[in-house]
Amino acid sequence: MTVTLFIPCFIDALYPRAGISMVEILERLGHTVVCPEEIACCGQPPFNSGYHEDARTIATPVLEKLKDAEVVVIGSGSCGAMVKKFYPELFAGTRHAEIAKQVSARTWEFSDFLVTKLGVTDLGAKFPHKVTFHDGCHGLRELGIQKQPRALLANVKGLEFVEMTEVSCCGFGGTFAAKFPMISTAMGEVKCATAAETGAEYIVSSDSSCLMHIQGLLSRQGKPTKTISLAEVLNHQ
Amino acid sequence: MSRFVSEFKTRATEKSGDLRHRQFIRTALKGYETARDKRKGAFQSWESARQAAAETKWEAINHLDQHLESFVAKLESRGTKVHWASTGEQAREIIAQILRDKKARTMIKSKAMTSEEIHLNQALEKEGFTVVESDLGEFIVQLRHETPYHIVFPSMHLTRDEIRDLFQKEIGDVPSNSPEDLTMVARRVMRQKYIQADVGFTGANFAIAETGMISITENEGNARLTAALPKTMITLIGIEKILPRFADLGLFLPMLATAGAGQPMTGYNTMYSGPRQPGEVDGPEEWHVVLLDNRRTELLADPEQRDALHCIRCGACLNVCPIFRNVGGHTYGTTYSGPVGSVITPHLRGLQDWKHLSNASSLCGACTEACPVKIDLHHHLLQNRRNASASEPAFFERLAYKVFGIVANEPRFWSLAKKIGWITQPLHAAVKGSALDPARSWTKTRDLPPMPKETFKDWWRNRK
Repeated sequence: MTVTLFIPCFIDALYPRAGISMVEILERLGHTVVCPEEIACCGQPPFNSGYHEDARTIATPVLEKLKDAEVVVIGSGSCGAMVKKFYPELFAGTRHAEIAKQVSARTWEFSDFLVTKLGVTDLGAKFPHKVTFHDGCHGLRELGIQKQPRALLANVKGLEFVEMTEVSCCGFGGTFAAKFPMISTAMGEVKCATAAETGAEYIVSSDSSCLMHIQGLLSRQGKPTKTISLAEVLNHQ
Repeated sequence: MSRFVSEFKTRATEKSGDLRHRQFIRTALKGYETARDKRKGAFQSWESARQAAAETKWEAINHLDQHLESFVAKLESRGTKVHWASTGEQAREIIAQILRDKKARTMIKSKAMTSEEIHLNQALEKEGFTVVESDLGEFIVQLRHETPYHIVFPSMHLTRDEIRDLFQKEIGDVPSNSPEDLTMVARRVMRQKYIQADVGFTGANFAIAETGMISITENEGNARLTAALPKTMITLIGIEKILPRFADLGLFLPMLATAGAGQPMTGYNTMYSGPRQPGEVDGPEEWHVVLLDNRRTELLADPEQRDALHCIRCGACLNVCPIFRNVGGHTYGTTYSGPVGSVITPHLRGLQDWKHLSNASSLCGACTEACPVKIDLHHHLLQNRRNASASEPAFFERLAYKVFGIVANEPRFWSLAKKIGWITQPLHAAVKGSALDPARSWTKTRDLPPMPKETFKDWWRNRK
């Protein structure tokens, strides 16, 4: 099928390897990938700050670009939740209401798309490391994605998987991290400590924004634990 | 910036960096979580129980007028005096007037967050009445002249040693810091107060419309003594505490205990239906029930957030909230802290003054997942943000989003922005984390990732 891949701004600007891995995986599975170059952001930052009009300014052209897509795959649980869950709310009562609902119904987060829509859990990847998985809160609680990434990791050769004892937010939260840096940092420190307890070499996640926060703390504190996106692990040979 | 937000930020900065506090609260609340999860297993289906509870509260709140009428009619038929208070001030005056009429000097209280909400103790003490908290946790914070740290566990922020020292200073003769000894010290004081008190004051966990009863949940037996010994009993209830039927308690009592404290059932659950009836040998001679609105009807008028009135004040959302766990209860500066406090305080005390609580959230949704009556808590925080931004947009934030919108919508600008980021990266290293750094709120404690030369879109374009 033709997959319209929505690469979030974080991945585009900071973590291109994650996006490239998604393209390569989808193509290896025999799908045609298109990436609308004009899309930069889903509009979540103004939406989460309560500026719906400004969020629609950004989200309207996104909807226009996605409206004819067969399926939309988004490389982030957070941006995925924005399009799938919050677009219908954001556009309710506007002339884009119907399109928002249609696009929402055809939109998938990357790991959910592989496992639920395509029924694929083994991508033939090898990653001989001990890893733990961080659930981004939007993917976990807005989209209900929890088993999918674990099913994919279970088939990665050489990978040793260990769960953290606690499911908790990394403290990123978009603008929250800048508006309340002290609370955000404390939450991130708790997350890093919980991950370190597992003895994992890598913290894997579907959300590069969470990983940016976690890695930012780990690097500053000189901790040895590394972070990597799920797509990169799944594309690792 | 309102006084409330700057105070919140100051306290949040102090508490979230306090590693002893962090460890202490985390350990306590993780213990709670383990117990709660074990007790959830005793329900045939916790999720179905939540759904049933949410539907019951939905019915209660959406027909609140009828349920309140029924509740009051039943109460009055057994001789209870019912008072309606639109504001906290009215409620305080009604209660003070009862004390004056009774020529009371001392009032003993069991735990009631509604009394904290209307600042009852301060008002009565100002008039010269003695008010004694009989819940152990409340007794401790009262001795410290503090507000409760947590709506269910008021003194959870204190160690046994701190409580021993407090008792030694305020009461004396404290043998050790063991919970048994500390409880015995409090009991020694309290037993005298029960006998001396002219008035007993309680809150209520549930108000049963069908039978005109209130239900009080407690672990210490102090509410029973408070209601049984003094001649006059006063109960203050928020109007949202209604449950339609007596049988609803069959679900709500174990649910409150499980969600709130990880208990199968709370130690004592007592239903009161009236003052002493003819032929009865004990119980208060007079019972006054004060029904408190205090802007709850404003929340009732908001169809989007009306479900916040479902709250049974179990504290589950506080217990799982990573914000609460890091900043602690006192940082909020509100009667109701944690997620539910952040949702309802803007309605109860003004949106613009209290919107910062809705912003101080990563929107992780742990609260919504934990709520036994399925209040859509974290989405309500988003709605509060929307309402606050729509009625009073912050100038620079709005401007930033306007600029961001222009950049995001024009691929050439977006490309340029990324290039500028890449080029200025080495310059940024020189000011990183300093006062000159525009990204200081991030870089003070966190590194920024290095920007790659080739972005994803560069790669995509080159590949084609």
